[in-house]
This record gives sequence, C-alpha cells and structure tokens, in this order.
Amino acid sequence: MARMRMNQAIAAAIADEMRENPDVVVFGEDVAVAEGPFKTSAGLLAEFGPLRVRDTPIAEMGFMGAAVGAAATGLRPVTEIMFVEFLGVALDQLVTEAAKFSYLSGGAVNVPMVMRASVGAGLGFGCQHSQVMESWIVGAPGLKIAVVSGPHNAYGLTRAAIRDDNPVAVLEPRVLYAGRGDVTTGPEGIIPLGRAAQPAGGDDVTLVCCGSTVRTALEAASGAEGWSADVIDLQTLQPWDAEAVLDSVRRTGRLATVEECPYSGGWGADIVSTVATEAFGDLSAPPIRLTAPDVHVPFGKELEQRYLPNAGYVAAQVGELLATGESPPHWWERDGALA
Amino acid sequence: MSSEALERREAVRTDRRARYERMVEIRAVEDKIRGLFAEGLVHGTTHTCQGQEAVAVGVASALRPTDVVCCTYRGHGHALALGLTPLQVCGEIMGRVVGSIGGVGGSMHLCDMSVGLMPTFAIVGAGVPVAAGAALTAQVRGTDDVAVSLFGDGAANIGAFHEGINLAAIWKLPAVFICENNQYGEYSPIAATTPIENIAERAGAYGIPGEVVDGQDVDAVCAAVEAAAARARAGEGPSLLEMKTYRYAGHSRSDTAPYRPEGELEEWYERDPIDTFGARLVAEELLAVEEIVEIEASAKALAAEVAEQCMAAPAPGVGSMFENVLV
Ligand SMILES: Cc1ncc(C[n+]2csc(CCOP(=O)(O)OP(=O)(O)O)c2C)c(N)n1
Ligand SMILES: [Mg+2]
Repeated sequence: MARMRMNQAIAAAIADEMRENPDVVVFGEDVAVAEGPFKTSAGLLAEFGPLRVRDTPIAEMGFMGAAVGAAATGLRPVTEIMFVEFLGVALDQLVTEAAKFSYLSGGAVNVPMVMRASVGAGLGFGCQHSQVMESWIVGAPGLKIAVVSGPHNAYGLTRAAIRDDNPVAVLEPRVLYAGRGDVTTGPEGIIPLGRAAQPAGGDDVTLVCCGSTVRTALEAASGAEGWSADVIDLQTLQPWDAEAVLDSVRRTGRLATVEECPYSGGWGADIVSTVATEAFGDLSAPPIRLTAPDVHVPFGKELEQRYLPNAGYVAAQVGELLATGESPPHWWERDGALA
Repeated sequence: MSSEALERREAVRTDRRARYERMVEIRAVEDKIRGLFAEGLVHGTTHTCQGQEAVAVGVASALRPTDVVCCTYRGHGHALALGLTPLQVCGEIMGRVVGSIGGVGGSMHLCDMSVGLMPTFAIVGAGVPVAAGAALTAQVRGTDDVAVSLFGDGAANIGAFHEGINLAAIWKLPAVFICENNQYGEYSPIAATTPIENIAERAGAYGIPGEVVDGQDVDAVCAAVEAAAARARAGEGPSLLEMKTYRYAGHSRSDTAPYRPEGELEEWYERDPIDTFGARLVAEELLAVEEIVEIEASAKALAAEVAEQCMAAPAPGVGSMFENVLV
C-alpha cells in the first residue's frame, strides 16, 4: 500500500509492467523527456531509456498506427493521447485496424496495445479540450475500455490493460490526476478488466457511475437523507459488469446512471436498456440517467460546473424519483432553468 | 464592433506606423493577460504569442478583410492584428459577454468573420485543410479572395498538414500556408520531431513554391505574404511560407520552459520584432524616439482599461450553452 497521486499511480503501473516485461514500450507527445504533460510517465525515460520510452512528433495517426504494427508483431505499446479529442485524427488505427486484426487474421494476430487518454471537463480548457467522448469508442467490437476513477484503480486497471491481449483504451479524467489516495501496488493491485467495484452500499437505489462521476455519486449518496444507495463504479465500460449492476438493481429496485457525457448516446443508455430488459419485474421506478445536456462544454467556470452533473443534482433527482416514483425532468427542462 | 474591427484592419493595411503600434498593443495586451492569469483572475489556460508579433501583423497587413484566415489557439496576436478589438479578445479570454464569441470559448477560441477570422483551431493541424476548403469557395465562386492557414512547426508533422496542402496544390487553390516556426512544439525542440531544418522545403514535395522568411521582420513577412497572395489570386495556386520566429513565454500558462538552452531567449530578445521595427521607423523618420515611450504607455493603459471593462462585464448566462449548438 502506498499513498500517491493518480498521475503517479499511472506512472507506477506502467513502470511495474515495464520491469516485468521487456516488450512494454511507451510513446506519445512529450511523454519521455518532459515526462508527460500530466506527468503520467515520470521516471520512465530515466529508468528504461530511449529505446523503450519515446517522444513522438504531433502525429497521432502515425504513432497510433505504429502501436498497432508493433503490437501485432510482439511488443506491448502504451500510447498516450494527451487529450482524448486528439484521438479523432487517429480513430481509424484504433477502431478499424487494431480492434479488427484478431478477427481479420483468423485469430492469428493479437494487438495488445494500450491507448491512454486524458478526458473530461472541469479545468476551463474550452470545448475542444474538455470532452469525454467515450461514445466514439463504446460499441466498437474488439476493443476494451477502462475508465479510472482514482489512484487505486488507475494503478490496477492500467496494469491489467497492459497485460491484456486485446487493444484497450484507458480513459483518465484529468480533474483527478492530482488527487491522492491509497494504492495497492504489486501484483495484488491489478484489477481485472470487466469487473465493477462497489465503493458504497445501500438499499434504495443503484447509482452506476465511472470515472469522474464516481466521486459525484459517492458525495450524493453520503449526503443523502432518507435513502441509501449502492454505488457501482463500472471501472470497465466495455465489457461492462452487467452482473454487478443487475444484482444490485434486483435488490434496490431503482437505477440511476451518473454520466459526464451529454445525454444522447451516453454509455448509461446501454445500462438502462439492459436493466429494463433483464430486470423489468424488479424495478419499482423508471430507471433514470443523470448526464450533461446535449451541448458543448462551456468555458466559464460557473457554466462549466453547471454543465456537469454534480452531487446536489444527483441527490435532488434521486430524492424526487423516490418521492414520486416517476422520472424527474432534467435540470435543463425545468421552468426558468435557462434564464 | 465589426466596423471598428474593419477600421483597425484598414489601419495596418495602409500604414506602417500603425503596424508598429499594433505590435506594441499585442505585446501589452498579452502582458496584461499573463498578469491576470498569474493573479488567478482567469480560468483555464492560455497560449501567448509574445515574440511572434511581426508574423501576426505582417500577415494581417498583407491580406484583405474578405480573405479568410484559419489560425490556432496561439491566436491573440492574429486576432488583434486582423482587427479584433482588445475588448473582444480579452473579453473572450476572460469569459465575458463582451468577448468575440460571447465568452463561451475562452483563450483558444476567437472568431470574427467581419475581418475574415474563422473560429480559431485548438486541434493541431485542423486549420490546414479547412483553409483549403475556404480557398475552394473562392475558386468556385470566382472571387479573388485567398484563404490563409497559420500553424506551428509542430503541425507540419501531422497528417492534416500534408493532406490539406496536397489537395490545395492539385486543385490549384488560392491558399497561402504559413508555418510559424517558433522552434518548439509544446516542450519539444523542432529538431527532436522534424528531420529537416526548413519546413518550407516540404513545399517541393507538393510541387508548390516554398520560402523561408524572417518572421521577426514585419516588412519581410508582409512582402512575402503579399507575393504569395498575389500568386494565389492570379490562379497560380498555393504557396508554403515558413516564418522563423520565437515564442518568449512557455507553451502555455503552466509551462516555464525549463527545456530551453541557456542564453537562447536572450539571443532572440536581441532581434525583438518590435524593437527592430521601431528602430527602422525612427531611421526612416516615420517615428520619433520620444513617441516610442508614448506608444508603449498608451498601449499599456489601454490594456489595463480593457481588463477593467472585462472584469466589470457579465459572464454569459446558463442559456448561452444551449445557443448555436444546432442552427
Ligand atoms: C491533434 C493535436 N495533438 C496534440 C495537441 C496538443 N498540442 C497543442 S499545441 C501543441 C504544440 C503545437 O506546436 P506547434 O505546431 O509548433 O505550434 P505552437 O504551439 O508552437 O504555436 C500540442 C502538441 C493538439 N492540440 N492537437
Ligand atoms: Mg511551435
């Protein structure tokens, strides 16, 4: 057990995998000499040298493709996309090449690569540097997606992602990089992909969250009056842990997803649809989704905070759901909300 | 607002002394912006162009307001040079309704189509093919406008650069591609990411003219852009210009530029674009030495006054995030 910041936990996870496996290599923009714009590769160049830890030009398609080729022929590349938006120019290599190689080789070629990307709003970077964009990759067969929510699972999921024989995207909410927490290091700290965590337990509602919304959900649940919640941190968005969610909902009878992304096309729609299909008879209220509105991330501090679902909002919506048994309107649908 | 922007644009197009004043204004406004960030009065991040003012003013002086300009997140200088007012620029950076897009964009997102400034691009390279498209409009409609893309040395390694320039070359589009080589892409010196010294050489790969220009000399920048634009307007296709320049500050607000070799910044200070041009205007008797101090003082006062106005201006309301998403 060690206390560290989330960015340090990520660097520690990569370093531990690099020590164990000489095939693990790291590349991305300013990840080597400068140790990463978010300091998520601190110490790697010093310990493992320039053969295995490299800076790239600003060429996401180029280095993502190089990761695909290297992974297909034996290495385990860990690439960094500084802001997930920059994946836009490299999406082909991840979704249409890497994710399909196993299938298109009759199982002969695996692509054990990791694409790490910082995601999310909250730092005032404006709408081209504040999205989560998991919707770009959720639903791409052949790809796994992990979303970290703090130092502990950042370490464990990053290690699992590097060990996995599939291409894995690891999304890292950038507002969390500086946050500290206790991390179980070493092999016991590895967290298997596909399994959710349950950081809080309760009886009345299941709050499903991941990444930045885990702390939102926990804060809402801890301040709740008159109700208690199972808080489920999915940890992996693809494949997601349906069993953990269904088991919980069968007990609580209510489901709310807490998502940082816009409402339309958000990952929670999958959760709600599976729960509605598989556990319809166990539901005592309609499942609800607490998300951002279908707009761009605004720049101003207050607006950006208004945009994101916060703990007060989660608590109020869940409270209303419990009180009325009906789905409450989103904040932006309420009278006077936009004044 | 836009008529004021047009007037400001006309000034730099026609008057070299105004070009000097504009460069001083850019420096003063960015000094103020850096100060506001340092005091914690502004949210987010910012990328300043101090040291690169001659490129901004030289380009704007050579173009017409009907020409279209695609520039990057390092865009305060270009915006001011093209004519945007300090209030429009500072207001946007500070997230106030007086900003050029009403304060919802921030430092990386300026725009004013009345003087040809397209929404500035925060994604490296994205503006290169977009400028090709704007040039296509001019070609199809038969106007003699040109489209200009401004980007950094780092951007010359991304696919969009190559695809955009190649497309413009084969279609003979009226575009001018301008690389502002400020020696660094984020924290990496150009030599670490680019195997050739002059990005202008890449023009040869696309069969278009390429030229290295002294980006610290506003007259040289203006002349080179005028020539490339004239060629484009005459239907002879695009060019690639490489402006050799330098950014005095770090990449963005949080960067103190520890990667810079000792003495490098001081060497570039020796060739400061504002000082050099000021001295030239004095030698040509277009400017008196005493006026230099006055111009600097009034630019500083203007920047301070504008910052006050912005502080007093309201932030956009909640409804603003729902506006202009779909038209
Ligand atoms: C596609 C993409 N990749 C990475 C970034 C992050 N980034 C922003 S600016 C920058 C450096 C750009 O360097 P250069 O093109 O030389 O322009 P300068 O900042 O020096 O003006 C990087 C890597 C980005 N915005 N977009
Ligand atoms: Mg540069």
